[in-house]
Order: sequence, then C-alpha cells, then structure tokens
Amino acid sequence: MQDNVRFIQGNEACMEGALYAGLNFFAGYPITPSSEIAENLSFRLPRLGGKFIQMEDEIASICAIIGASLTGSKAMTATSGPGFSLMQEGLGYAVMAEIPCVIVNVMRGGPSTGLPTSGGQGDVMQARWGTHGDHSIIAVTASNHQDVFKMTVEAFNLAETYRTPVILLLDETIGHMRERLEIPEPGEIQVVQRLRTSVQGGVDYHPYLPREDGRLPMSDFGGVHRYNVTGLYHDMWGFPTSSPEIVHGLIRHLVDKIENNVGDIVRYKEFYLDDADTILISYGSAARSARHVVKSLRARNIRLGMIELQTLWPFPYDMIREKCKNADHIVVVEMNIGQVVRMVKRAVDAPDRVVLANRIDGRFISDKDIKGILRVIQGKGV
Amino acid sequence: MAVKDYIRERFFPHMWCAGCGHGTVLNGMLQAIEALGLSKNEIVMVSGIGCSSRISGYVDFHTLHTIHGRALAFATGVKMSLPKLNVIVPMGDGDALSIGGNHFIHAARRNLDMTALVMNNRIYGMTGGQFSPLSGLGVIATTAPYSNIDHDFDVVEMATAAGATFVARTTSYHVRQIKEIIKKAILHKGFSVVEILSQCPTYFGRKNKLGSAVDMMAAMKENTTPIGSKAKKENPDLIERGIFVQKDLPVYNEEYDKIIKRAQAAGK
Repeated sequence: MQDNVRFIQGNEACMEGALYAGLNFFAGYPITPSSEIAENLSFRLPRLGGKFIQMEDEIASICAIIGASLTGSKAMTATSGPGFSLMQEGLGYAVMAEIPCVIVNVMRGGPSTGLPTSGGQGDVMQARWGTHGDHSIIAVTASNHQDVFKMTVEAFNLAETYRTPVILLLDETIGHMRERLEIPEPGEIQVVQRLRTSVQGGVDYHPYLPREDGRLPMSDFGGVHRYNVTGLYHDMWGFPTSSPEIVHGLIRHLVDKIENNVGDIVRYKEFYLDDADTILISYGSAARSARHVVKSLRARNIRLGMIELQTLWPFPYDMIREKCKNADHIVVVEMNIGQVVRMVKRAVDAPDRVVLANRIDGRFISDKDIKGILRVIQGKGV
Repeated sequence: MAVKDYIRERFFPHMWCAGCGHGTVLNGMLQAIEALGLSKNEIVMVSGIGCSSRISGYVDFHTLHTIHGRALAFATGVKMSLPKLNVIVPMGDGDALSIGGNHFIHAARRNLDMTALVMNNRIYGMTGGQFSPLSGLGVIATTAPYSNIDHDFDVVEMATAAGATFVARTTSYHVRQIKEIIKKAILHKGFSVVEILSQCPTYFGRKNKLGSAVDMMAAMKENTTPIGSKAKKENPDLIERGIFVQKDLPVYNEEYDKIIKRAQAAGK
C-alpha cells in the first residue's frame, strides 16, 4: 500500500515500530543522536491518546517508564551513551522487579561526551554489564530501517514475554540515515500483549511466583490486586526477604528465564554460509558495509559468507559455534575497540581463526576497511 | 474502615527503632486516608530508600518501593499513565532533597496532582547516622565527628520556590495536625509537599545529646509555633507549622489531557 511507504530516519522507523507494538507511554530527556525519537513521539503519542513526558534527566526518564509500565502501559525511553550510563540504576531495578519496558540507546562515540554526532558501537558491553550485580539482559539491534521497525516490535514483545527490560541498541548512522520504510499492515508482525493474571480479586495473587512455563502474569497498579514492588530481594508477594533459599531462587530465575530461552530470543540473518571459508560477523550499521563486501566479493566467486546478529544479548554462542565450525577465518566487523569479537572468540572452537575489522575514529567503517583486513588474512598484503 | 484495615498487619511490629517518629507519621497518614474514605485500590504509595521509605511496606495499597531519591520520578510515571490513581510519596530528608533533590524541584515545578511527604529527621538513619542536607550547622553525625559545616536549607522555602502549589509543615509531636494537613494535601489538586519533622533518637538524638525520644518530641513542641503566631514575632528562631502555600494552578496531568484533545482535533 502506497500510504505505508515512508522515506525517513532510523529514529523515526524506531518510533513507528514502537507505536505498532502498542507504545502508549514515553519519557525521555534530550540527547543527540536520539532526540528525534522523543520529538516525533511528542507529536504522535497524544494523537493516539498516549502520553509523552520530558523528564528532568535520564535517571527520571527510566524511573517514569517503570512506573507507567506498572499501571499497564507499554512504555519506552530513548537516549544515547551518557544518558544510558545514567539509566543503569533504573535498568537494574527493572531487571529485579521484572518490569517490561524498552530502552533505546542510539549509540555514539564514547566514552563520556565523546563524539555526539558520530556513529559508534561501544555500548555493547555496557548493555550487558552496565548495571551492578549478577543479572541477565536482552539487547537487540538492527542494520536497516525495515529491521529497525521489526526489532523495535520484537523488543516490546520480548519485554512482555520475559517480563524484563529490553535494550534496543541502534547507532548514530542508523538513527540519522534516511531510508525507505514500508510500514507493515496491522497483524503482519505479531504483537505480544501483556500477560495479565486470571486470579480474581479477593484471591491471593502472587506477582512473583512464576508459572510452570516460567512466565509471571501481571496485575496493573490500580487493579484489584494490591502487592509490593521492590528492588530488594523479595518473596512471591513482592515483599523484601533475605532468606538464602528465596534469594538463590530469585537470582536463578532472573538469569535462567533469559539464558534458558536463548533459542527463542535470538534473531539473526545469514548470507552465503553454505560454502563459506571466511565468515563476516557484524551487526547494526557496520553490518551494512559487511553486507556490501560479501555481495561484491561473491560476484568474484570468493567464498565469503556473513552472519548479521540482531540479538546481541543473550549472546548466541551455540549458533555462532555451529555456523562457524567449517570456516577458515571469522572476521568480526564492529565500530568499537573489540567487544563482540571477544564473545565470538569465546563461542567458537579454535578461536585463533577470529580477527577484528573495526574503526574507532568516529568515521563509518567502509567496505575498503573490511577488504583490507581480508587481504591481510589471505596473505595478499595490505 | 478502621486504620487497622489499611495496614499489612503481618509485618508488625515495624522495623523502626524504639522512639522513632516515623511510626507516628504512618499513623497520622492512615488516619487522614481513613477520614477521606479512600479505597485501598485507588492509592499507590511510592517510596525511595531509607528508614522513611519502609513505610510503603506496611500499608495495604499498591506499593512501589523504588530507588534512593527516585520515588517522585517513578510516581510521575504512575500518575501520568493512570491519572485516576491517588499517588502518595513518602520520603526521607536525604532521599527527597539530596540524592532526589533534582526530582523534587522538577516534580514541584510540574505540578502533577500527587502528595509528597518529607519525613525530616535531619539524618541518614538506615546507613548509620551520617549528616544530611537538612542536618544543619554544628550538628554531630558519623560523617561530621567534629561538627557539621554543611549549610542546610528550608524544605518549605525550597518547595515554594520550586512551584509546589500546596506546602505545609508539622511535626511528629503534633499528631492531629499530621492528620489534618495530610488530608488537605491529598485533597489539594496539584503537587503537595508536607514536611513532617520526625525524631531519630538512635542517631541524631544520641550523637547530639538531645536525650530520649520523649525529650526530642518535647523540643518539637517548644521549638515550633503556628504560622504567624505572636510567639514567632517574639522569637524568630521558632519554626512555623501549618499551611504556607495553597493555590490553584494548572495541574500537569489535566493539562496533558487538553493536549491530547488538541492533538486529536488537529489529527482529524
């Protein structure tokens, strides 16, 4: 349908995906390069009866979306590196209290204020380990606007399914680049609605007692079930406890509900893997250059394949090990000093096959950068 | 309903120290809620971290025990998302005004319809008696062993300057006034701030040789006076109690509903 075609920024594609997923509450604080998400939602959300609020900082923004989610809203915030750092305590709270929400981090060059208007992918490990304490996390990413839309919907779906915050790691290049987006018809992509408890009012409801399938049906604040939500270790009613058995059970639950479902959570794309002797592994905007290299070298009958990661956390160890088992060389293409490459080395047998093709100067990694590394691998000099 | 019906009785006796003023605040607050006849399902209590924040665990409402200093930010999300809820936010002095100071002034400025209670015992009790931004000069604390050189500020003036549309102060000695003021604060449309001076005999009292909890409460009686009293004119050092600010200004969540109507009209 012609009406569904847009030529827009990645940040807008993210916003469209969020609205498709049922977003009805957004709280945020201005920061480059993510501000267009907030700007566009301040316009679009009230038209749909949803709520937009600009908070005093990023700490408050993530706290506000957690509060909103507890009343039954699908809630999101969007930021970039410095704001993402500030959100870490709220992120940990959402992990501990099991509150579904989506945090978009449009990555820029870091550390600190870094390169506000340049692309970077330096927050992959922060997404995993930024908040304190043992935990697991889901983080997804995308390399083009159609996928930004789809992965934004997926982020909401995963947040609801696993009752957890989900991080959507975009980057400046994707966020600001304009590209075609075809907005899917309603129903074309599945949207997971919140699982609410069927327990009637007056009957004891356990907000933190997982069902047999591990899921925890919720009850909205303001509804018939009054319970406690806390960042402390808590029992099945949500009340604080330091009982070693309950503490152990809860931390295992928080980690296992994600790590035991890697197969369900992981999304990726693969290109020409069947006969590939060299495999590129990339994600986000860097995957665009990697894809370009694969296409052009395949045309010259070079046996190059590619895996594009769309789920970064939990890391798809098994998939990477299996797909890479016959490759002579594995080249991880990313715009940081080497974050996912460590994970790939950990995943594969014979990790000395793994090398890094990166850029850390704020410039976008090009096909030439990647081809240079491939020439070195193939012994053809630089 | 009786006050008893609003508490989670199985968690009593509470965890506050003997002589702590916070239990009195809990009692006064529940009396206010009972007098207003509010239903338990329409109240969300959002607290931060500290002695004061444990209050949310004892009440049978929707309770959200959050992060140190961030209670008002969580509460903002709750209220904006579902404005029909009655949101009450009990906080401590360090919680509300040190780590949460930024959230406090912006919540006041925004004028969302909710009630913030600052239980001010001038000390970080849960962490062991460190000075807070409301301790004041000369106070002895575990992080001010030679006496405190950190200036304090006045919660009432601060809340007023930030734009709160209802600002009041009372003390844990004035139990009936706690009830009356909190009642009015909950009924007020807009952001209400109630400062309740509360005693911490365990740390503040002991470190500063102020005697027992009873002595500290007696001091609250002696050192405070109703707003604009003759006593205040004679002794300017007295701390005033009562309602300082009560005014009607546009309420954020209602203004946002108008934005929705405007946006939807424009979108047609």
